[in-house]
Amino acid sequence: MRVERVISDENDSFPVGMRVLAVDDDPTCLLLLETLLTKCKYNVTTTSQAITALKMLRENKNKFDLVISDVHMPDMDGFKLLELVGLEMDLPVIMLSANGDTKLVMEGITHGACDYLLKPVRIEELQNIWQHVIRRKKFDRKDRDGSGSQDKPYIDSSEAAGLGNVDHNGKFNKKRKDQNEDEDEERDENGHDNEDLSTQKKPRVVWSVELHRKFVAAVNQLGIEKAVPKKILELMNVENLTRENVASHLQKFRLYLKRISCVANQQANMAAALGSVDSTHLRMGTMNGLGNFHTLAGPDQIHNAAFRSFQHSGVLRRLNTPAGVGISGLPSSGLVQLSPVQNLGNTSTYQRKLQSFVIPGNHNANILQGMPMSLEFYQLQNNRAASHVGQFPSVDNTTVLPVSSISGSLIDAGCSNSPLLGVTSNSLLLEGSSQLPTLHASNLRDSVSGFPNRSTLSDFTSIAPASNQLHGSKADIQDQAFPISCNAGKIISSAPQDWNAPKKDAPYQSNVPSCSINSLRAVNGDMAQLGQCLDQNNPIFNRNVGFDFVDPLSIKCSEGENLAMEPSVIEKEGYLMVQPSRQGIYIPDNEGENFAMEPSVIEKEGYLIVQPRRQGSYIPGNLGSLEDLASAMTKQDHDKGKPTDGDFGYNDYSLRTCI
Amino acid sequence: MERNPIRRQLAIMRQSLFDQGHVDEQFVQLEELQDDANPNFVEEVVTLYYRDSARIILNIEQALERKPFDFRKLDAYMHQFKGSSSSIGAKKVKAESTLFRECCKSGNGEGCMRSFQQLKKEYATLRKKFGAYFQLARQAGPVETASRPK
Repeated sequence: MRVERVISDENDSFPVGMRVLAVDDDPTCLLLLETLLTKCKYNVTTTSQAITALKMLRENKNKFDLVISDVHMPDMDGFKLLELVGLEMDLPVIMLSANGDTKLVMEGITHGACDYLLKPVRIEELQNIWQHVIRRKKFDRKDRDGSGSQDKPYIDSSEAAGLGNVDHNGKFNKKRKDQNEDEDEERDENGHDNEDLSTQKKPRVVWSVELHRKFVAAVNQLGIEKAVPKKILELMNVENLTRENVASHLQKFRLYLKRISCVANQQANMAAALGSVDSTHLRMGTMNGLGNFHTLAGPDQIHNAAFRSFQHSGVLRRLNTPAGVGISGLPSSGLVQLSPVQNLGNTSTYQRKLQSFVIPGNHNANILQGMPMSLEFYQLQNNRAASHVGQFPSVDNTTVLPVSSISGSLIDAGCSNSPLLGVTSNSLLLEGSSQLPTLHASNLRDSVSGFPNRSTLSDFTSIAPASNQLHGSKADIQDQAFPISCNAGKIISSAPQDWNAPKKDAPYQSNVPSCSINSLRAVNGDMAQLGQCLDQNNPIFNRNVGFDFVDPLSIKCSEGENLAMEPSVIEKEGYLMVQPSRQGIYIPDNEGENFAMEPSVIEKEGYLIVQPRRQGSYIPGNLGSLEDLASAMTKQDHDKGKPTDGDFGYNDYSLRTCI
Repeated sequence: MERNPIRRQLAIMRQSLFDQGHVDEQFVQLEELQDDANPNFVEEVVTLYYRDSARIILNIEQALERKPFDFRKLDAYMHQFKGSSSSIGAKKVKAESTLFRECCKSGNGEGCMRSFQQLKKEYATLRKKFGAYFQLARQAGPVETASRPK
């Protein structure tokens, strides 16, 4: 194999003198990295702060060729830096970490890292990083240069070496292999491709609906496994489309498919696990505004999650019915899975707590109330009209809750590190973002009226219904208003000792007019996304999907905005349980307000599973199955050491309900 | 074979560091980075490590004093500590950090404490050994990893 150096415009002896920016908060590692890079004859600049690095990069976009960054940094998440650099400067970024978990690596990929190295870094691994620069330049150059073909800069051996370095994750390898294969193919066509491309000087390709349709048709024809850009291109037979365009589009498409399949799997799992639960669960149909249940991780507990009441009647009704599990107010018989609450406590405690659950007036037997809402399975009543459930950004690690029609809203809690599950109608929206707006108890409190005695509000993290039709489209969600019908359910929580959240009395409003819930806020970074919950290995969702729900409820965890909804809210430890008011919402018959049922609660791994149990009413699933499900869905990953785990729920989050 | 007795002793010390499992392959990498341009590289890195990691150790200690344990935080600290320890090739210390993290993951507070005690011991032992080693190295003059004709 010949090793050829590409003559770069900047430096004739490339890769010698390649300008690398190294970022690592650990001085030992940074020094080591610097020395290693210098030994590789690169031109190294170091900084221990991501912010400084960004500044340097922004000052002069041409100052560096490559960035190497640690994943865990105090001032900014490495992945965030990665994204920013990729977006703003379009430089190749290599991630570095002592943690080589598949999940992390996957996250690196989805954030656009061109490589992921494990500490301690060896010099051999660094010797080949220049390939990333070339690779990127190559595509640019193709468009820019009119000159003839370039000699292939890559060599199989170097690529292989590169591949070899990344053996943490088989998938990663495979991806690179694909890339490499593509590159190899390209190598052959390079000769005449260059001329074609250079003459065309194509601008960015816009993937129109038509084009995408052709693309999908081609992929389907070939079969997703065998779909390679070259063949797709041939099948599509579109002028002025390059293999690279197809390749990058294919990559995105694959990610999308994975996301979808995760949701589907999730639902299947839920269905399976639920067992005794009404079979209509997992129906993703209409989802009314389901708030977000999120299990907040983080030391400061869960922030308020506003649980929005569901608009339609029957949302709460669920509680009463045998199938009534989960959040009342979930009209449809969908299942709402909540991200597992971190610590599944013993149910007995919760049961106690639930006892004093009072539902004034229309009993929005909001299960959420005080119940450890492991909104893991919420059965939504079938017959409930389902309004759309807005999609809430889900925090990573939260599972997707399949919610059929859920009217009302779920609390969406957004806090840094709080996973927020978004419930959306027909789709699970997962947002990964570290700042998930949450409904503060205070917010809810203000907006909720009329509850005489609520001692605490529990915040619920969002429930992300997993919908079959999980679309990632923001559009769907954004337009949905989740009426929150809060009824004057009163939630009384006996303050359990472990509730250290400030107990607030939430003035619950009865008959809250529906409020749209736009609680989905893009949560940055840390929020698990639905996809993530579905598939632990799929951190794809962990991205800011830029959900911008306009939330009249102004759910924002850090802002004491008024939550325009009037759900009955239980706030505790950052969990906000809202009892949707009963406007036409289901209210348990015995309206005894006392939701004296003792929901069995399974709190596990940050997921709160609430099984409201009405005397004699059906207890959905048995705890066992819920637990199983919860455990199946949860995967604890403490390694990550940061909230954005691909797990369901946040580890630190314990959802407690106090009743 | 080193003719110089100091050098010889240095070589023996070095070998024992490996044999006793205190350092691993990564340490060799550090040594290889040391050259004329960077004659005291290894010592510099190790010194830096001890300085910086002392801070982390302190943080962990403080965190362990607060009950209940914040496992996530502990784990995060230890992750950081493990990263630097592995960068200098501190094998035993690194192994102990892994154990500690496992305890964090499983919420085993007792285990954490025990593991941490052990870790501190290894950490201190290694520091002493390094201290002696580098002192000797300074006496011996530039340490060469590759044999070079005098």
